[in-house]
Parts: sequence; C-alpha cells; structure tokens
Amino acid sequence: MANPSGNVLSVRELRTEFRGGRGNVRVLDDISFDVGRGRIVGLVGESGSGKSMTALSLMGLVPKPQGQVSAKSINLDGIELASISPDGLRQIRGRDMAMVFQEPMTSLNPVRKVWEQVGEPLRIHQGLGRRAIRDRVLEMFELVGIPEPKARLDAYPHQLSGGLRQRAMIAMGLICEPKLLIADEPTTALDVTTQAQILRLMQELRDRVGTSIIMITHDLGIIAEMCDEVNVMYAGQIVEQANVFDLFENPSHPYTRGLLASIPKSTESRIARRMPSIPGMVPNLARLPSGCRFRPRCTDAMAICQTREPAVTDLEKDHRARCWLHARQDAISQGEPL
Amino acid sequence: MNEIVISARNLTKHYRVGGGTLAGQGKVVRAVDGVTLDIRERETFALVGESGCGKTTLGRIMLRLQEPSGGQISYRGQDITALDDAGMRALRKKLQIVFQDPYASLNPRMRIEDILAEPLRTHGYGSAEVIRDRCAELLDMVGLRHTYLRNYPHQFSGGQRQRIGIARALANKPDFVVCDESVSALDVSIQAQVLNLLSDLQDELKLTYFFITHDLSVVRQFADRVGVMFLGRLVEVGRTEDIFAGPLHPYTMLLISAVPRADPRQRTRERPLMTGEIPSPMNLPPGCRFHTRCPFAKDICRTHDPDLQDMGQGRAVACHFPLNS
Repeated sequence: MANPSGNVLSVRELRTEFRGGRGNVRVLDDISFDVGRGRIVGLVGESGSGKSMTALSLMGLVPKPQGQVSAKSINLDGIELASISPDGLRQIRGRDMAMVFQEPMTSLNPVRKVWEQVGEPLRIHQGLGRRAIRDRVLEMFELVGIPEPKARLDAYPHQLSGGLRQRAMIAMGLICEPKLLIADEPTTALDVTTQAQILRLMQELRDRVGTSIIMITHDLGIIAEMCDEVNVMYAGQIVEQANVFDLFENPSHPYTRGLLASIPKSTESRIARRMPSIPGMVPNLARLPSGCRFRPRCTDAMAICQTREPAVTDLEKDHRARCWLHARQDAISQGEPL
Repeated sequence: MNEIVISARNLTKHYRVGGGTLAGQGKVVRAVDGVTLDIRERETFALVGESGCGKTTLGRIMLRLQEPSGGQISYRGQDITALDDAGMRALRKKLQIVFQDPYASLNPRMRIEDILAEPLRTHGYGSAEVIRDRCAELLDMVGLRHTYLRNYPHQFSGGQRQRIGIARALANKPDFVVCDESVSALDVSIQAQVLNLLSDLQDELKLTYFFITHDLSVVRQFADRVGVMFLGRLVEVGRTEDIFAGPLHPYTMLLISAVPRADPRQRTRERPLMTGEIPSPMNLPPGCRFHTRCPFAKDICRTHDPDLQDMGQGRAVACHFPLNS
C-alpha cells in the first residue's frame, strides 16, 4: 500500500505475538493507523491494552526470539520498516524515529554525564566529534527549556529533578530532528505542575520544529489537551479511531464511552458521589473470550457479540469503531486504517 | 457539627540528614513543619500536594506509625502523642491505613485468609472459627468471593489486591482510615470501582477517611474537605466545592489549573504555568516558602512567613495576598 501523502507514518495490520509455554499469545492484533506530518496522535487505553507494545513493535525493540512482529506495512515517510533488516532499522532508530520513555531515571545511565548521553545519537548517526556534540547538546538544552543549560551539561542524572531529566530525554529524542517522536507516558512519573510544563514544551516543539508525535497515555485529559487524532486500544486492538473532537463528543465504542464516563467530571461535585465504572476487568490475552473482546464487560452486548469478532465500521470520515452496534453492511471498512 | 475524631496541633517531623559525627551538625529536612488540623467524624478529608510535600509523612505521624518531632495528636479528645506502646496497640484497632501499592503491601507468601486473620489474631478478635467467619465476611464486604480465601496475592489483579488491602484495614472495625494514594496505581475504570467501594463502606461502617492523593480529579469527586500541602505546611483548607470554585492560595490555583481537562474544546494553552523548580525542604527560602514560584509575590512574601489564617466558613489560607478577596 502506498504511503498517502502527508503521513509520516502509516501502519497496516501490525501483529505482535509472544511464544509461551502454552502456545502463542497475540498481544497486538490488526493495528492500523496513520500519523500525519506535524500531528500529535494519541494511543490511549488501560494497562495491558497494547499501547507500549505498539511503540516497541514500531521501534523494533520487541525482545526476540520470543516476540514476533509482523505487519502488512509500516511505512515511515517512504521507508518500509516491515521488511527492513536489523542493521537498516538501527540506522533509522534515533535518527528518523525516536522514543521518550516513562521513567527518566531508569532510562538514563547514572554514571555518565548528561551531555554525553543526550548527544549519543549524534555520535552514532552523524559521527560528530565531542566539541560539536557538546555545542549541539547545549542548543537542545536551550530549546527544551533547561535552566542554566551550560552548567547542566556536566551534571549526572541524579543531580537533575524528574522534570529536568524528562526534558533531557526529550532533548535526546529530538537531537537528530526525527520525523517521528514516540512518547510513552512521558509525564506519568511527574507531578501535575511539572507535567503541565512538559506537555506545553511538546506542543511548542511540534509547532516550531514540526515534529510528529505519537502520544501514549492512559490519561484522557492529556489526550484531550494534546492530540489531533486518537486511537483507543483495548486488549491488543484499536477499538475506536477518531479525530479528538469527534471522540469526546461522539464516542461510539462502549469501551470509549465507559472510559469517558469514569473520569471524574469537573462540572459535578461529589453530590453525584457514585462514579460510573466499567464492570469486570481486562481479559487475559491468552484466554480471550469468544467474539468481541470487550463483550464480558459490555452493557450493550448482543447475541452476535458472543460468536463473531466485530468488524471495523466507518461511522463518518476518519471515525471508525470495532463494534457490532455500528456495523452496517455498506460501511464495513475495506481494510483502510484501524 | 460532627464530633472531632482526630486533631493535630502544630505537628512537626524533622529528619536529620548527612552530617554524622565528623562533619558536626547535619542538615534538617522539615518534612512536616507545623500542621494543625481537625478531622470530623464520617467526613472524607483529602490531603493533596506534590511529591515531597510531606503528605505521606503527615498521614503516618497522625497514626503514630512514625513518631512526630513535635506537636500533639488527639483521638476523640484523648492525647495519643504520649501514649505508651501497650496503650497505642489497643488503639490501633480504631486507626488504620490502606497503602498505595497493592503489589508491595501484601505478603506474597501468605494466603488471603492469613493476611486478613493476622490483625484479628493480634487483637484477640475471637476463636479460630469466629476469625474464619470474619475473614469470609470481610471479603464479602469488599465484593470478592470467599472462595478466594485460600488464594495467594499473585493470583489477583491490582484492583482486587487493593480490595484485599481495604478488607485488612477494616478487619478490626476501625473508625479512622488513612488512605495513602490508595487508588493511584489503578486504571481509571478500576479506580472508579474502588472509590465506589470506599464510599459504600463509609456509609455502612460510619468511617472517617484521611485521603492522601496527588490526583485532584479524584479529590473533587470524592472528598468533603481538602487540605493543600506545600513543603511541609498546609497552605489552604476548605470545603471541596469552595476550593475548586475559588482557590485562595496561588499554589492551589496553579495546581488546579495544571490538571489536563478531558474536553478538547477547553484546551487551556494560555493558562498560567508554574515556573522554576520546587525549593528543597532542606534549604527553605526565607519568608513564604512558595514565593520563589509565586507569580504574585511581593516584598513582604520574601521576608515574612504567612500563618494559616481563618477566613470564615471553614476556610483557611496561608498567604499575605489571598486571591479573590
């Protein structure tokens, strides 16, 4: 499938499986989505829904040989990653596509100075010397708003606060000016006021540098605040895909509706103390229920949901759901996104 | 107005760090630095603040799980600060805590029935049979089947483990329960289930909650009153509706405005952001401890530390220039 113009990333039918003692477990199933140039695209879901696994699969970081990634196509701005060699991928990782992880303390080496780590992609991909790398890291520290950037170059990670460490991680991710930045829960370990600063920084970088971002989060507030398009994930699949405004105004999958309902609302005080919640819990991927994966928790389940996996249905332009409630024969998606 | 269950007067907890014998005097971390607070029967009092502000330490010294460095704690009018070990042990039945991490707070080698029976045996709840019945009853109460009694913690999900942690805390029929980030590790749909459970149990068992959290959206839905903590001090106290409708302390205002809203039509890119870094509790600035980050700081804020002053209608604020007033 050709890469439609305007998309930095196009993923089609991504599947990831892990080999286990009792057979294979498919942790990602039929993942398809696009990331437009300069767009922020969200992956949202609860623990175990496959958000981080999607990022690791795209980055080629799924542990082998237990983990097996396959896809019809993973097109990163014209480069086909689904069939690329490990060496080829190593060229791309950190240069064209970079990742920011959740825990900035565990993803930095505690015994190396920050500037050496932040500048490492330059050494690997551009073969720059120490002087040039140091200068470029200083520029990046200024860009991501690290106060007293010159003094911070020679700091070790433990000498920086959580917020500064995450800024340094973002600087590392952006230092080769990648086409795509994957941010996996980048603010989850941070306090709310620091989170607000980091989110603002990512928006500004998108506006100024034009970086496309995949934003992985469990927080629908962050999705609403940051994203242009959203993919809602449940048990290894994308169950709803929409523009952020459509998703919040017209959620179509019962899971999305349940998630939105269980967020404490700013307009309600605690007089409405009982919070709507989704009954039950996320299924074990090794023992998925028959039919629709959400069926055991779904208040709208019908007979067909028990026997057949729901088809992806186009609801309106760029709004799709994987749910029998919306399935009309004429609208069953023909393999385009989701 | 309901009776006061727990009352704290000028509580402090100071830790000595570094130093040692050779270096002479070490530095002092003022984790809790003069907190005065009354918690009334059957209310949910939420304590909010960012990491390192001292909220967990305050929760622990209120139960005397750690000894305060100074100040006084009373339980239903009785000073418990000076109570000896035996006296305190008897009182522990009434004062309980639910911890944050449902994975770390249950012993992986104990069956659920032993986890639940332990506090009952400690306090001589009754015969083995009475205790066994109580364990089954506790599981019922938190919405788990009693066939789970023979299972081990690893066989449960995070939400179920937190239910077990709640059941354990309730075993001896306490009336004051500290919930320290008790739903923070849970996914949002499970979080709602556990909050609903806590709410039902409060009504059924007439519980008083001291609810420690960093999550303001949970506070809004769940708490009757809120205390906002910054670097060891309470900077604002009031009814939940009042605090969210019109925060008086600039820190409270910035904290509330920093929470992302789950509505893309209300994006707030113009909202004020806190600048700079939080000062170290080892090295507090002179004057108001928030002045280095406060967008409204004036001269007096750099020199004079404001006291928590009563603003009427159950509100108090520690600021020289309260907002909206």
